Amino acid sequence: MEKIGKVASENGVVIFSKSTCCLCYAVQILFRDLGVQAVVHEIDHDPDGKEIEKALTRLGCNGPVPAVYIGGKLMGSTNEVMSLHLSGSLLQLIRPYQHNLSSHD
Amino acid sequence: MMNSTSTHFVPSRRMGIYEPIHQMGMWVDFKGNDCLDASPPMILEVDPKLDNQSEDTSHGTVGPSHKYDQEASKPPKVLRRLAQNREAARKSRLRKKAYVQQLESSKLRLIQLEQELGRARQQGLYAGSALDASPLDYAGCTNPGIATFELEYGQWVEEQDRDLSDLRDALHSSETRDSELQKFVDDGLRHYFELFRMKAIAAKTDVFYLMSGMWKTSAERFFFWIGGFRPSELLKVLLPHLEPLSEQQCLDLGNLAQSCQQAEDALSQGMEQLHLIVGEAVAKQLGEGNYLPMVGAAIEKLDDLVRFVGQADHLRQEILQHILRILTTRQAARGLLALGEYFQRLRALSLLWSSRPRESS
Repeated sequence: MEKIGKVASENGVVIFSKSTCCLCYAVQILFRDLGVQAVVHEIDHDPDGKEIEKALTRLGCNGPVPAVYIGGKLMGSTNEVMSLHLSGSLLQLIRPYQHNLSSHD
Repeated sequence: MMNSTSTHFVPSRRMGIYEPIHQMGMWVDFKGNDCLDASPPMILEVDPKLDNQSEDTSHGTVGPSHKYDQEASKPPKVLRRLAQNREAARKSRLRKKAYVQQLESSKLRLIQLEQELGRARQQGLYAGSALDASPLDYAGCTNPGIATFELEYGQWVEEQDRDLSDLRDALHSSETRDSELQKFVDDGLRHYFELFRMKAIAAKTDVFYLMSGMWKTSAERFFFWIGGFRPSELLKVLLPHLEPLSEQQCLDLGNLAQSCQQAEDALSQGMEQLHLIVGEAVAKQLGEGNYLPMVGAAIEKLDDLVRFVGQADHLRQEILQHILRILTTRQAARGLLALGEYFQRLRALSLLWSSRPRESS
């Protein structure tokens, strides 16, 4: 779906989310702690939300939120993000988008 | 005698271990009193090995109160016999001491066995009674999925104990090859994965039950985090037992510890958010009597809970895999043993705690 691609490519780190989804909130917190200002796109506040949800499900995101894009590419959902982080790969992927490397509150 | 209302642990006192040794006549004077440190007993067994002479030993039964007063006036033969009797008595006391020590260690072994039995009962007991849980929030008797889980978990723990015992033997034997140890490591990891698989099924049946930790022992519940052990705790427990580590290993484990902590914190904060949202949903418009819409809305939000438990287990699984990947085969085997023993100790702690003597109120 073009809207997803558009939002993803215009921003470094994008989290497709729902305002009531606490797992999405957890992923947000993780990126914040890594010094990344992720763009949170709440699909329940988007008029095209239902279509985005269907498209994300088709793309393989179970949930379907959170769905995380980094540099325009789909990384996956919480599982994938956690796995990437534990293996050390996530830090490399977000390096261009980190603006605050000092420790969080 | 202790009068315990808890039914699942049999204290060794009931086995009569603390009662005097009545059968052992040679160490008990005629009043039936224990006389380990007393003067030589009146009924004296003279070890045939000690007394080579075929003399009548009836002199040995002379009461102690008379013996020393008249010693100086006795002929040498009698004196020698008395000395031999004293020697025999001394050796007899030493034998008794050894016997008592053996009883003590048997007692400890008995306590160990009873603990294992108690644990097995406890696992079954959670499926059959309201121990520690109120009838309302205990789901086991009405939920077959949970009853199945408890049964399987009990079996999982038993298998774990057996595997750990085998692993311990393998590690302590100098003949065990690395390839054998690697098999232990692979099997051990697979066994943990089996548990996560079981938990995923149980979570769909009743996530509250899984979150409550009622399927685990009380000490394990003390350290609980979103349905299981805390991943960062795992690293802290294992690290001291993995030495010596190479520089690269230290670096890798350090990075792993940091990313683990960050992931854990993110999930913890997500859970706090869930508390907030569910709490707000339930507390909406109190005082109007009609609760169905609010409770209905709250239930929707609880779907997230199943995902959180799944996420926490995913973290546990990944951490285990990464740790074992960073370590050498032998280190990984030692790590798995240490981890298994850590949980065994928590379970033992729970049993000891629940079976401790309580003062009557």
